[in-house]
Amino acid sequence: MSMTTAPSESQNTSFGNVQARAASAMNPARISIDNLDFYYGEHKALKGIGLDLPDRQVTGMIGPSGCGKSTLLRVLNRMYDLYPGQRATGQVMMDEMNIIDPKVDVNALRARVGMVFQKPTPFPMTIYENIAFGVKLHERLSRSAMDERVEWSLTRAALWGEVKDRLNTSAMGLSGGQQQRLCIARTIAVRPEVILLDEPTSALDPISTLKIEELIDELKHDFTIAIVTHNMQQAARCADQVAFFYLGEMVECAPAAQIFTAPKQKRTQEYVTGRFG
Amino acid sequence: MSDSTEHLVKSFDNDLKRLRDMLTEMGGIVESQLAMAAQAILNRDAVVAMRAVEEDPKVDALEREVEQFVIQMLALRQPMAGDLRRIVAALKITGDLERIGDYAANVAKRSVVLGQYNLPYSLAGLAHMATLVQEQLKSIMDALGTSDTAKAVEVWRSDRVVDDIYNALFRELITYMMEDPRNITPCTHLLFIAKNLERIGDHTTNIAETVYYAVEGEAIPDVRPKGDTSAYTVVKPKE
Repeated sequence: MSMTTAPSESQNTSFGNVQARAASAMNPARISIDNLDFYYGEHKALKGIGLDLPDRQVTGMIGPSGCGKSTLLRVLNRMYDLYPGQRATGQVMMDEMNIIDPKVDVNALRARVGMVFQKPTPFPMTIYENIAFGVKLHERLSRSAMDERVEWSLTRAALWGEVKDRLNTSAMGLSGGQQQRLCIARTIAVRPEVILLDEPTSALDPISTLKIEELIDELKHDFTIAIVTHNMQQAARCADQVAFFYLGEMVECAPAAQIFTAPKQKRTQEYVTGRFG
Repeated sequence: MSDSTEHLVKSFDNDLKRLRDMLTEMGGIVESQLAMAAQAILNRDAVVAMRAVEEDPKVDALEREVEQFVIQMLALRQPMAGDLRRIVAALKITGDLERIGDYAANVAKRSVVLGQYNLPYSLAGLAHMATLVQEQLKSIMDALGTSDTAKAVEVWRSDRVVDDIYNALFRELITYMMEDPRNITPCTHLLFIAKNLERIGDHTTNIAETVYYAVEGEAIPDVRPKGDTSAYTVVKPKE
């Protein structure tokens, strides 16, 4: 009786199998944070943080100002060492090393965990020297090997084509977006394993922002990336997993697709939908 | 589908309310179309039937309006999480409602044709089916308005009854056609009417799934009831 039923019937079209796909497996952790507390003097800025940064994937950190996300990033390469009264307790494991152990050689750590800041921070020297400067601190390279390294990092940072004819001019002459890519090139020149990005595009125009985002997507094939951003759409576009922080606690960490379509925690839901308060 | 807390940007709440209102209005019109179609079958009332058909352009216009508004909201508000689910749900629900309106209008049209025939049997079964799908549509629109997922699941399960009635009607109508070939024309119309009502039930079930997902963020944790089995009905000629 073929007249009865068109085959197009929508039996079992269930709307909402997002999680099934979103829960695509995370890689094993490159950095594993466990029970981390952080203090600015008496003030406890991070409370019992537990979070894995999966290897060669992007972890986005979001949350309102003062929630502790930048603090966490500063812990990951011991940026807080410079400030007396700031201390961390707990575990931040990278291989067998606890990053926050005072015995850890901070310079060696920062070669493994590089950081890029909100505002581009080129050194007042040539483009070439900006890249070579950091490399020289950690490695002795021949002139030709250094040339190669400079070209490699500028290429990886999607800047080579724009600056290859002016390597010996001042980096200060570059546009904001170019300067930020130069800073990324400088960071990857020492071949770190982890790159920390603290609001890397908040001072950039939309096109430069997209270039950086494309670059992040490219870099995650080789590097583990953590990005702090106030721009939720940016976290949605760039991150594999997203961690939401509030008042020094990590409220929820899940694949980006889940955080932005169906977060489990009410506070996450309120924050990502713009209902905070 | 409302949320307890308000957005920091108040106009976003206004947009969401407007979207809800449009769906409510659309649901109301489609419900009335369905009620009129049921009445048209039962009372052989061509005037009511034509009124049901005439409502259709309004439903189509509302669907376009909802679609445009959803696209605008996606572009301008960049909604996330619960808001995103609700807005996309509205887009799906408007499509389901539009189809339900079409089926209701088609039922009404066929009832006019049926008026020309002397039917040798009762239309009570069909009328019962129409009442059931109408009730389900009303329930699911209520569930949508109050974010009541328990009610949505109830509607979702009750589609089974509609399917059973449809399968029974299907067999019954075939029997009439085999008894007397003069029954073929009216019975074919009746079959289409029954099928349309059954499809309305399916679209109502779709809406139930959409409401559940929009509110809970996950699919209804169950397998969908089986539905129309008439495709497997085999009528063997007597030897």
